[in-house]
Amino acid sequence: MTGARALGLLGLVALAVAPYVPIGVMREYTIHVLVQIFIWSFIGGAWSLMGRFGLTSLGHGAFLGLGAYTSTLLWNFFGLTPWLGAVAAMALTAGLAVIVAYPCSRFQVVGHYFGLVTLAVGEVVRLLIIAERDWTGGSLGLTVKAAGHDSLLAVQFADKRVFYYLALGLWLAGLYVWVRVDRSMARSAMEAIGEDETAAASVGIHVTRFKVGITVLSAVLTAAGGIAYAQYISYVNPDTLAGIGVSLRIVFAVVLGGMYSLLGPTVGTALTIALAEYLRVLFGLKFIGMAETIYGLLLVLFIIFLPAGIYGTVRQLVGRRRPTAVAA
Amino acid sequence: MIEPVFLAEAAVNGLLLGGVLALLALGLNLIFGVIDIVWIAYVDLVMICMYAVYFVVQVYGWPIWVGGLASVALGALLGVLVHLLIITPILTSAPVNQLLATGGLLFFLQSFATFLWTTDHRSVRLALPRLELFDMPISVARLIAFALSILAMLGLYLFLSRTYIGTAIRAVSQDREAMALMGANPQRVYLVTSAVGGAMAGVAAALLIIQYAVHPFFGAAFGPITFMICVLGGLGNMVGAFVASFIMSEVIAVSGVIWSTEMGYVIAFVVFIVMIFVRPGGILAKRG
Amino acid sequence: MLELRNVTAGYGHFTALWDVSMRVDAGEAVAVVGPNGAGKTTLMRVISGLIAPRAGELSFEGHAIGGRPAYEVVARGIAHVPEGRRIFPGLSVADNLKMGAFLPAARRKFGESLARVHTLFPVLREREKQRAGSLSGGEQQMLAVGRALMSGPKLILLDEPSMGLAPVMVLRLFDLIRRVRQEGYTILVVEQNVRQVLKLVDRAYLLEVGRIKMEGRAEALSNQDFVRKAYVGL
Repeated sequence: MTGARALGLLGLVALAVAPYVPIGVMREYTIHVLVQIFIWSFIGGAWSLMGRFGLTSLGHGAFLGLGAYTSTLLWNFFGLTPWLGAVAAMALTAGLAVIVAYPCSRFQVVGHYFGLVTLAVGEVVRLLIIAERDWTGGSLGLTVKAAGHDSLLAVQFADKRVFYYLALGLWLAGLYVWVRVDRSMARSAMEAIGEDETAAASVGIHVTRFKVGITVLSAVLTAAGGIAYAQYISYVNPDTLAGIGVSLRIVFAVVLGGMYSLLGPTVGTALTIALAEYLRVLFGLKFIGMAETIYGLLLVLFIIFLPAGIYGTVRQLVGRRRPTAVAA
Repeated sequence: MIEPVFLAEAAVNGLLLGGVLALLALGLNLIFGVIDIVWIAYVDLVMICMYAVYFVVQVYGWPIWVGGLASVALGALLGVLVHLLIITPILTSAPVNQLLATGGLLFFLQSFATFLWTTDHRSVRLALPRLELFDMPISVARLIAFALSILAMLGLYLFLSRTYIGTAIRAVSQDREAMALMGANPQRVYLVTSAVGGAMAGVAAALLIIQYAVHPFFGAAFGPITFMICVLGGLGNMVGAFVASFIMSEVIAVSGVIWSTEMGYVIAFVVFIVMIFVRPGGILAKRG
Repeated sequence: MLELRNVTAGYGHFTALWDVSMRVDAGEAVAVVGPNGAGKTTLMRVISGLIAPRAGELSFEGHAIGGRPAYEVVARGIAHVPEGRRIFPGLSVADNLKMGAFLPAARRKFGESLARVHTLFPVLREREKQRAGSLSGGEQQMLAVGRALMSGPKLILLDEPSMGLAPVMVLRLFDLIRRVRQEGYTILVVEQNVRQVLKLVDRAYLLEVGRIKMEGRAEALSNQDFVRKAYVGL
């Protein structure tokens, strides 16, 4: 077994027993933070499936919100179990992804332009949620109707540890998908498209199909993540699950951690969540807005000074120490 | 059934609003067309300038035109600062990093404004006469804002077509490298462009504060619509942005009176999505 | 006037020029010929400052210009007419010429330079309000050269001026270049059209796969095999 594999296995074991480590009163809080890290890392990983191929979406909040609200509304109004609600939500999200990705890819809307289009889409989903306040609860949000007891069907549990293991499973599933995409033909095709779209098309790569495909995959996974979060928090709100704020946060976490690596999104998400929690605790209710201000400032500084993200920068530093063959 | 007079009133209001929206869209487009970077935090810069007018006029009691001038000057200054501090370091970075940099600025501005001034809504109250046109009440503030926005756009047009630096700005947006071969330092052209874009944000701020209240999340209300207008008109296309502004503002105003304000946005979105399918390059772009 | 010593340059991992040394003396007309992909355009771009050299020195009238940004090199008196002309399509002919005189020193001599350009290329005066993008290929080339003249240069770099032009236009163009040269400008031209360009210049270099393979007086080179085989015949 290689060193990396052994380390990975050790890490997995550590994560598996974490909820049972007796650290006293901090345990609830730690589990809470870890669940969030798992879910948002999963979402970040989903985003990175697009991001690594140059499809910079700034509107993933649209998929989060559409997914979370669909399953929550179906449960609240029709008692439909979130497991099936998720299927409906993912179908809708896939549809939205196609609507956005198809024209953009056919007419080569890329880079900043694509970012702007997705930004607008994300914002409008948020506005739609607020507009239909009669059944979505508008800006006040919507509480997931309590099932009253622990229920796998309703995905509601009193003990946070159940959510912990579900979230851990979700996160691992996300890593698996990432690896599969990474090793697939789709990956080579998307890289070719990223380098030179015209050249890729000329060798028969069906550019539109790949772009739309990867967008749909990313969107559907993001929706699943949104549903997971909604079930855990038991509450949905247009600002936390849609709109530019959450969309930017996802992108920040992934780019900070490292967009091109398996664990990059996780590292970035863990760091940004830890940072946000630290600032929140530090400033508490004094100086409202200061925590966010410093968060924003730090993010901008990170982007300017660490463009390759943490993972990428570490890789560069490590790579420099190894002797490289002299380039021609 | 909605009475025709209400529809007419909405249409007129839409037209008047369109003027100011056009200023926002043009400013954003100008910067993108030349520097190739979208300032996601553009409307938040407007928000800061709106606060400036509020403080100058409502708190310190200066006349509104002083507030307006202060806003324009502040806008230009902010534009230059943004370019120097945030844009210049990331000019050659990947698009996602560039978008995150201006996106991070958005976070920063919104939360810093919250910290400094809380989320209270603040407005500038002007004593203006009431006007009625064919039984429709017209806000004089809105009318003035519209007229001034048209003047500002005219000024921009003259600047870009008649002045040396304005022509250079147009040249850079068409071929950056070729302009460098004419002896133009690209950074200087970018700074002028950023200052002009910022100044337009300042003008828009002065015109908006007399119609709407400002609060730290003002950008959340006007930002998305500005982005949609820019995409609809074709990113970088000035004439397209001008036309798209009025289309969008009419859609929002009229739908707003038939259904609700938020539905107005949603309808505008549907229009936007349809247009993306039909003419992704923007409404004035050539097919394909 | 212009001197390159052991210049190596390229893009990213790719090196296009290896150890290139050459010179252009004041008042000369010099050509660099060679097949596609030889590195001719890279050579022009390294001289005008659009890319920085990886190694070697470049100097113009005694000043080191290697690695200096383009706008500085232009200010020293080198004008580059790029490959594909690169006129500003959305601007009028007059505005294009105005942009050529962007430098403060050039702006002071604007009237004089404009008159000279109009004399050399009367069609530019006729079409001065026309959108540059709507001009024909030949007219665009003239505009590109005229624009370069507006900066009041001492050395003019011409990158593939005959590219995309009909044979008749090519002959006219080279005639015009001859006249420009007679006005006192020093010319460095890069061309695939070997036969025609050798009739125009005093000396020439042959660039192949990034290296100077041959150099000499134009008449001497015209008799060489490579010209007879001709990369692009007329």
